[in-house]
Amino acid sequence: MTTVKEQKTIQDQFKARMNEDELLNCMRCGFCLPACPTYIESGFKESHSPRGRIAMMKAVVDGLIEPDEDFERSLDLCLSCRACEAVCPSGVKYGELLEEARDIISQNKKYSLPTRIVRKAVFEGLFPHPNRMKNLTGLIGFYQRSGIQTIARKIGFLGLLPDSLTAMEKVLPKVATLKQLKNRPDYLPAIGEQTKRVAFFSGCLMDSMFLETNDATMKLLQLAGCEIVIPQTQTCCGALHGHYGEKTSSKDLAIRNIKAFEDLNVDFIITNAGGCGAFLVEYGHLFQDDPEWNDRAHAFSNKIQDISEILVAVKFHEKVRLELPFQIITYQDSCHLKNVMKTASAPRTLLKAIKGTEYREMYDADRCCGSAGIYNIIESENSMKMLDYKMVQTKNTQASTVVTANPGCLLQMKLGIEREGLASTMRGIHIVDLLLEAVKN
Amino acid sequence: MLSNVVKDKIIAIVTKENYEDSKTERLVYSYDSTPNLQAMPDAVVSPRNTEEISKILKICNEFNVPIVPRGSGTNLCGGTCPVEGGIVLLLKHMYKILEIDEENLTITVQPGVITLDLMKAVEAKGLFYPPDPGSMKISTIAGNISENAGGLRGLKYGVTRDYVIGLEVVLPNGDIIRTGGKLAKDVAGYDLTRLMVGSEGTLGVITEATLKLLPMPETKKTMLALYSDLESAAKTVSKIIANKIIPITLEFLDQPTIKVVEAHAKIGLPTDAKAVLLIEQDGPPEVVERDIEKIIKICKEQNAVSVQVASTEAEAESLRTARRTALSALARLKPTTILEDATVPRSEIARMVNAINDIAKKYKLEICTFGHAGDGNLHPTCPTDARNHEEMERVENAFAEIFDKAIEFGGTITGEHGVGVMKAPYLEWKLGKEGVAAMKAIKQSFDPNNIMNPGKVFAKQTRKRVVITK
Repeated sequence: MTTVKEQKTIQDQFKARMNEDELLNCMRCGFCLPACPTYIESGFKESHSPRGRIAMMKAVVDGLIEPDEDFERSLDLCLSCRACEAVCPSGVKYGELLEEARDIISQNKKYSLPTRIVRKAVFEGLFPHPNRMKNLTGLIGFYQRSGIQTIARKIGFLGLLPDSLTAMEKVLPKVATLKQLKNRPDYLPAIGEQTKRVAFFSGCLMDSMFLETNDATMKLLQLAGCEIVIPQTQTCCGALHGHYGEKTSSKDLAIRNIKAFEDLNVDFIITNAGGCGAFLVEYGHLFQDDPEWNDRAHAFSNKIQDISEILVAVKFHEKVRLELPFQIITYQDSCHLKNVMKTASAPRTLLKAIKGTEYREMYDADRCCGSAGIYNIIESENSMKMLDYKMVQTKNTQASTVVTANPGCLLQMKLGIEREGLASTMRGIHIVDLLLEAVKN
Repeated sequence: MLSNVVKDKIIAIVTKENYEDSKTERLVYSYDSTPNLQAMPDAVVSPRNTEEISKILKICNEFNVPIVPRGSGTNLCGGTCPVEGGIVLLLKHMYKILEIDEENLTITVQPGVITLDLMKAVEAKGLFYPPDPGSMKISTIAGNISENAGGLRGLKYGVTRDYVIGLEVVLPNGDIIRTGGKLAKDVAGYDLTRLMVGSEGTLGVITEATLKLLPMPETKKTMLALYSDLESAAKTVSKIIANKIIPITLEFLDQPTIKVVEAHAKIGLPTDAKAVLLIEQDGPPEVVERDIEKIIKICKEQNAVSVQVASTEAEAESLRTARRTALSALARLKPTTILEDATVPRSEIARMVNAINDIAKKYKLEICTFGHAGDGNLHPTCPTDARNHEEMERVENAFAEIFDKAIEFGGTITGEHGVGVMKAPYLEWKLGKEGVAAMKAIKQSFDPNNIMNPGKVFAKQTRKRVVITK
């Protein structure tokens, strides 16, 4: 519950902080409605559409409504997939409006104790600390390897956890040992003729839970002729913080990253996770009112590029032979990679270049899978609705390989495969892992 | 707010889940796509079938509750804005395609079907539904019918009106009537189908529609012609038609629009061109070939600076993008975009565009003009800022003059957006007192208690209001 007093403070903050120009830019044409997954899943409720959410934000600023439970619920349910931005004639920066609104609410409201503990643990205790991430991942690795996982599953211990977490436990990747996790390279030379000098943004979740995918990414970059530097002082991108109303923390993390990458003299900073990449390309916006950091943030953001873009740019798929045993491949867009980083054709170009396989486009491939950061855990029911729709489309392609380009989407698609009982005939895989498989084959 | 008696009666019909009256839920149905217009309804009701709607209307009629039917709320005249409160009747949950009849070439649908879904369904069977409003990806068919929506193919294929052949309508007293049917010929009494089309939800609620379909044209070709003066572009339009060619699309962009489109879309349009025509023709290949050749010849005779014909679909698509991005590009200029809808006979296009430019200068406004040159339907568009009241006053006056000019040139105050709230004060200019009185008499006989979408079409006060500040 948000108290009346908290509502008053939130309303004042809305008046002071929301970008009125941007709110007015929404011409209410409704073009965003068919692009919005929550609008569709809610049974066409305007309050769960971008146009409706913007109207509500403006109404709070204008004092027409109070920021009540309904308003908060509507903002909470947004996946922030940003599909609405891609189709908006006026170019309304919905993502920025949403982040600001969420920040105002979260900073001015007292959450229940359990929520406070979880938020603090995730946003302050875990993600900003690469070593803690690795230790936790190491623990998961121990859990998986020691046989505890098998026992836990057998005795039904997992039944005690909420359904959303139980489901997630099943699809976690097999993670590396703590030693491997902590022993990371900081420089890798190009293999063959050097084409570019790049830095690699290794990420927090990607460099712990998805270590193998990070290794595969670097291997591909090397094969593409890239010399790679991996600054050890980099940290979490801050996307989760930004999306969940912890703007100050996300700025702190951004500053650490800008500093870590700024004197490396590289052509690009490469990411392999759509969610992180999208936040990194918007560092410029994060510091728009901060003259000290604005230019440095923009310089950083301008160098961000997704792995698939650079591979296509250096014609990796034409130079290196990619081949796999016959399989039907389909691709699930990462919302942020597509709608914010505008990368959609490069991954498809690479996948279509794998000889011996057939690529089939999935209907609504760019509709959010429902993963959306930690949305699938905190809004499990809605997330599973999105996933069910996605799995219908996936099955229609008859693909045995579902490719994604973001860790959240990957886990979600694996979860979908598990829920549908398709684990024996279908797999979810990150694009770089599949490409490396195709190189080795 | 509605009285508890009315509320309980309506909940008894639609159940609690389909009745909303929290402030937040009411707020998000307080607007449509019309700039700067907002009014709160008292409740939002989502019925699932005709019988429910009939019962709801009976109650509204008995208790004098205004009722505003609404699809996706994409209209531009305030048609779905509940200016007198009451109930917003959401028809989005009635979205089934009931039948595609390939023998009679008809489709029968529920009111909430999205226009694009309808098009896709008939195209899958090699058939064609020509009306193509700009909002087709989200607008509903009953909305198109109620507003008699137009589009880019109006010149050759007409507008929504020309395809509606049968309707099921719930009248304000709750009676359910059926008009027309799957018939090419039907002269049994007054044509109530035509009366309902474009009636803007003021006569009843459309609950089912039967639409006429055509066979899908075999091929289509797209071309773009550039001009260094406006007169030549306008003359081209009338020459093409005088040569007995009717293209599907004959679209026009003026220089201010070209500049803005190019700045945003970067598709290589020459910003020194004074006007651009986008022309498309469809039909059997030999006819299309012949028509396009003739059109090229006419464009050149009329001093077109350049003429490009798309050789591939991708090329055609990029040419169409030029026209389609016009609104998008203009919408990015300033916070408020006033997109208007003046229409003149196509022979008067050059005069009208010149008049618009003069009026813009007089009122120190930037007005960009684009639109459907082939059918004389222009969209003078003014990027402005609703917070600047002084400028809004000038916008208001400039548009009043534009409508005045349109009528002077034998045109009308709206070609495809409808009257709604925005054009109501100008209706008399077009129809005269007697014309408006005749329409009011029709309204009165259908809806004596004035519950159906009150405040629309007929202005309550005489104040002119194109641009409304709250």
